[in-house]
Amino acid sequence: MTMKIGTGDFKERVDQGIHDSFMRGAVAGAQERMGTRRNDAAEELGNWEDWRSHGEEIRQHVLEHLDYYLQQLSENIASRGGHVFFAQTGEEANQYIQDVVKRKNAKKVVKAKSMVTEEIALNDCLKQAGCEVIETDLGEYILQVDDHDPPSHIVVPALHKNKEQIRDVFAERLGYQKTSKPEELAGHARLKLREEFLSADIGITGCNFAVAETGSFSLVTNEGNADLVTALPKTQITVMGMERLVPTFEELEVLVSLLTRSAVGQKLTSYITVLTGPREEFDVDGPEEFHLVIVDNGRSQILGGEFQSILQCIRCAACINTCPVYRHVGGHSYGSIYSGPIGAVLSPLLGGYEDYKELPYASTLCGACTDVCPVKIPLHQLLHKHRQNIVENTGQAPISEKLAMKAFGLGAASPSLYKLGSKIAPAAMNPFTQGDKIKKGPGPLKAWTEIRDFPAPNKERFRDWYKNRDKGGNQ
Amino acid sequence: MKVTLFATCLVDMFQSNVGKATVELLERLGCEIIFPESQVCCGQPAYNSGYVRESKEAMKRMIRTFQNAEYVVSPSGSCVAMFKEYPHIFKEDHEWGLLAQQLAEKTYELTQFIVDVLHIEDVGAQLNGKATYHTSCHMTRLLGVKSAPMILLNNVKGLEYTELPGKEQCCGFGGTFSVKMAQISEQMVDEKVTHVEETGADYLIGADAGCMMNIGGRIDRTGKPIKVMHIAEVLNSR
Repeated sequence: MTMKIGTGDFKERVDQGIHDSFMRGAVAGAQERMGTRRNDAAEELGNWEDWRSHGEEIRQHVLEHLDYYLQQLSENIASRGGHVFFAQTGEEANQYIQDVVKRKNAKKVVKAKSMVTEEIALNDCLKQAGCEVIETDLGEYILQVDDHDPPSHIVVPALHKNKEQIRDVFAERLGYQKTSKPEELAGHARLKLREEFLSADIGITGCNFAVAETGSFSLVTNEGNADLVTALPKTQITVMGMERLVPTFEELEVLVSLLTRSAVGQKLTSYITVLTGPREEFDVDGPEEFHLVIVDNGRSQILGGEFQSILQCIRCAACINTCPVYRHVGGHSYGSIYSGPIGAVLSPLLGGYEDYKELPYASTLCGACTDVCPVKIPLHQLLHKHRQNIVENTGQAPISEKLAMKAFGLGAASPSLYKLGSKIAPAAMNPFTQGDKIKKGPGPLKAWTEIRDFPAPNKERFRDWYKNRDKGGNQ
Repeated sequence: MKVTLFATCLVDMFQSNVGKATVELLERLGCEIIFPESQVCCGQPAYNSGYVRESKEAMKRMIRTFQNAEYVVSPSGSCVAMFKEYPHIFKEDHEWGLLAQQLAEKTYELTQFIVDVLHIEDVGAQLNGKATYHTSCHMTRLLGVKSAPMILLNNVKGLEYTELPGKEQCCGFGGTFSVKMAQISEQMVDEKVTHVEETGADYLIGADAGCMMNIGGRIDRTGKPIKVMHIAEVLNSR
């Protein structure tokens, strides 16, 4: 298992998504709520564009000097008695964590929300090692209880479910008997989870940003579950994507502000926790043993290439919350734990074109994602780059399309061919034309006319009218 | 003022009325129109589908065609945004890169040209009825033209304007997206048409032939009594 989710091909998944009216209602509502809150939170700063530029600079600077900051981070963690492991692949990361679990003879792991552990399918690996894994983020917990339904959104993993569905899941699996009120649902989960926190052997978290200068890492949450994950179990393992760090606390402040405003429209989330290494002599809580697992898993292949800017991502999901395609198909259609525009760029890079070649085309290149990105990743341009790669380097583009584009190249480059083509078009389209409309078109027009009318080519093209008019015939 | 018209392939072939309205409108505003016959398509359909090599031939043809123009004006935000992208596409080719830059700098979308270059905000148009306006993505986001169409429409006599709910949302055209991802496109255009209906408008006004073909095609197919008009046609109504 990897980042791949769901079954069937892209078209089947989209079809399923489009016909899931519960999911679509939930997604549209969430997009509107989160979009509005994000816009207000951004506007409130007064100089959002300056903040974005600053965020972009910080992320670009870190990526340009990633080796330096990673070394600084790991030295600072080691000097405080923490362990650092660089995993080149997901398997290596999982193996290392499994080894720690075995060494500690751990039977139960509590986890805070982490996309990178989803990416490497850590939970499956831990279960194989005979360890019980409990997700403690409410959204992740709901999905886990619901027979491991995969996340459909990187910040709000259970976005595709409404509260009635969640009540039904809890009733069926946990014997829940109360209403679908969010407070009651959360209260029930909290009771259940409290027992788990107290009995867990190991806590595993992700990492929003590590701070190189101090060897710290930060967690941005609204539920406080991550604080219990890091405070109660004796052993803590933090897993981070290798690009998720900042030089100092100064940059951390900028990026956390951009993150909370972009992700949930809050000035700050309820909890922003910064932790540094294992428990020290006079600390009242915290783990006795601390491990940081830094995951490459394809990222160093992206670094230095034409897609480097995607590594600027701070996983806020603002692009997902504004995407008109995501709105209608939902997160599971992407077949990856990374959905929406960020997923459509990242999944083919981390998972390969073989599995994800459709994603770059699942966009109108409308640019809404690029506009909201707090660190100015040119998302729609990266989607376009994927398309170019697929056409030029992978040989995966359909032959009919290649021929059509070749014809386009020839026709558009030659005014006489172009003029001839547009002149004979009305006659060629005549068999399909009713009045001034084509209702059932041939070839590539078929897909168009299945849902909409297509205009019949004008018998008198604009250029004909203009020419006649020049001659005085059409004043 | 001499204005060289970049009509766009869609207008040339499918919406010649928009081309005519553009010519008449600009002439009424005191411009002299030149239409170079050698113009083809801006290359966007192939370029956006990833066929960069194939599209460059069309781009070079367009650069040559408009090389001597003083102002290039087009009734399509998306196609103008494509011209603005040329310098980036040819950035590694010194000679073409320079020519592309010159073309990008002198090219304007129609409403942008009227408001920013001609400094006219009221073209003396009249159209009676309720209208709403679709702000195309490429025109607003890539080209950054947001206020010019609104300024001009606000001064059209008899036109009662209602803002389109969810106006910044894409209509689902996206060039080849509309046929490659027809199923998703259908959901997007349906939501757009629903919003248009909610306004109770008689006219849906747009400034991009692609979006208009998409939304208009769906409106026609579903038999809604809404007329789709290009902003050039509205501004040319008297």
